[in-house]
Amino acid sequence: MSEATLSLPVRSALGRASGAAKPRGYWQNVGRRLSRDYVTLFFAFIIAVIALAAVFAPFIAPHDPNATSMVHRLKPIGYQSYLLGSDELGRDMLSRLIYGGRISLVMGLVPVCLATSIGGLLGLAAGFAGGWINALIMRTMDVLYAFPSVLLAVAISGMMGGGVFNSLIALTLVFIPPLCRVAEVATTQIRGRDFVEAARASGASGLSIILHHVLRNVLAPVLIYASSLISVSILLAAGLSFLGLGVEPPTSDWGLMLSTLRQSIYVQPVVCALPGAAIFLSSLCFNLVSDGLRQAMDIKT
Amino acid sequence: MPDTVTRLDPPASRLHDDTAAAPALLSAENLKKHFPIHGGMLNRRVAEVKAVDGVSFAVRKGETLGVVGESGCGKSTLARLLIGLVRQDDGRILFDGHAVGSPQGLTLRDLRRNVQIVFQDSDSSLNPRLPVGESIAYGPQVHGMKRRAARALAHDLLRRVGLEPELFAHRYPHELSGGQKQRINIARALALEPRLVILDEAVSALDKSIEAQVLNLLRKLKETLSLTYIFISHDLNVVRYVSDRILVMYLGEIVETGPTDAVYRAPKHPYTKALLDSRLAVDPRGRIETAPLSGDPPNPINPPSGCRFRTRCPYAEEVCALQRPSLGGWQDHAAHLAACHMSDPESGHSSARQTSLPWQ
Repeated sequence: MSEATLSLPVRSALGRASGAAKPRGYWQNVGRRLSRDYVTLFFAFIIAVIALAAVFAPFIAPHDPNATSMVHRLKPIGYQSYLLGSDELGRDMLSRLIYGGRISLVMGLVPVCLATSIGGLLGLAAGFAGGWINALIMRTMDVLYAFPSVLLAVAISGMMGGGVFNSLIALTLVFIPPLCRVAEVATTQIRGRDFVEAARASGASGLSIILHHVLRNVLAPVLIYASSLISVSILLAAGLSFLGLGVEPPTSDWGLMLSTLRQSIYVQPVVCALPGAAIFLSSLCFNLVSDGLRQAMDIKT
Repeated sequence: MPDTVTRLDPPASRLHDDTAAAPALLSAENLKKHFPIHGGMLNRRVAEVKAVDGVSFAVRKGETLGVVGESGCGKSTLARLLIGLVRQDDGRILFDGHAVGSPQGLTLRDLRRNVQIVFQDSDSSLNPRLPVGESIAYGPQVHGMKRRAARALAHDLLRRVGLEPELFAHRYPHELSGGQKQRINIARALALEPRLVILDEAVSALDKSIEAQVLNLLRKLKETLSLTYIFISHDLNVVRYVSDRILVMYLGEIVETGPTDAVYRAPKHPYTKALLDSRLAVDPRGRIETAPLSGDPPNPINPPSGCRFRTRCPYAEEVCALQRPSLGGWQDHAAHLAACHMSDPESGHSSARQTSLPWQ
């Protein structure tokens, strides 16, 4: 027994001084490629501007977003101090758009982040475990898949009632199945590779193999897909608000603004279209950045 | 090939190895692996593939055991059984006299420290997102080695397999050639200081000049690290070059075993004979016009009764369908044995009582 379980002697037989040429990791490569992709950088910059404006809204917004004015209702762009006009209650559009960005960004990022962690972990577990665990998790996801995503979000929000928190949960539930499936497919592919077998043959535990070998390879496809879902999430959240299932008035939210302003579309068409333009711009930016991210992360292996 | 392999003191435990007496380092007794095939209603077990069906053999310390056979004869399943990547349905594995997996014997983890494997696909064997130096250092870290020490070990091993650590340790697999990747895989397998290395078609995917380099590297490593090899290949010439002894497998069974020279000079089993005849001759006058062996191996789901080779054997007789020939006396290392009724005087085969086999 003692002979068979040899101790591993620490062999410090380092002939030469090591430490030449710093290894450049995968993520450093991705960062380098992103920093040269000016289109992506440009749209990332727009997102950053929107995000900064949203974070520092109280300092930037020229007016109180909820201050109404019976006199200055539905004014055109550039009217007095109303840079982007005013809405049907005489509230400053620019201020409301800036404040509305807060909700939209939260609704775009939080559900996707939550769904990425939950769905990703479930997919990782399903793919790595295989067998009946895989069947259980993936068939459950298939049930959720069977509903159209918008309908599912509407149904969940409708069931739990409106409000930001409930729509966050609804959107998270909508995004879990597709992310779970992406993670599961990637994990299943990796699991069959010889290097996982070799790791197992070296005596590594399942957890160690997941952390060192599987996760690295699964992370990129999952993140790429998740980033493409941010714009979808913003759109869905705006849709929920439009239907009255999202935020409650008078909170400024792009979807809700679009909904209340639609009656005034013939009075001030340009002003009424502004929330829609904001939704369009932000989801477009997220989509294009996601595209750039995919290209940067898609390094041939 | 840069010759930078330096000799290190062998680990203490290896000093006890008495190579002269050459006891079995690893032996398998009646090893069986049947893969179930599920189908039909309710996913019932409808059949099974008898990938490895009652295989017994032993590897002596310090030797190279070649395993040859057609594709699908169970060579790779045997390799995976020996390292515990698939569990056997029946039979047992002894490492250094200790049964693997039994309460008193070795744990699977102990076995895996002592037995390592190099796969055929050098690309798939390396994590594409991990620098190759880290891939080598991973195994020792699993067994509790500190990160720094494991890295130093990886550098040392890279030098041993002929790759300059400063140039290669931080590279990713896609930056390396096939031969370099296979050298990394060899280094990775050696990182746990195994005593037995299973080379599962380890050089088959390399082109000929690289293959020769890697074979020479393997031979040198074997000498400096006093390793034992199980060399699995379908390339008969390569197996002859590296092996001390040979196992010939057919459809999950061992049909012939013996010292390499004896088997190549005078094969005792008609399958081995056909395999050897199917090698291409360099001399055009030695060309063969007809294939020595035609057809595919029978389906391992439903192998023929008696001798499994009888459906393709030119010497098959009635007894071959009735009785399964056995490979007796496999514990004797020097013996040249064949699981064939023609080698068994008691079998009743018409050629069995003759002094020489029909092809001799």
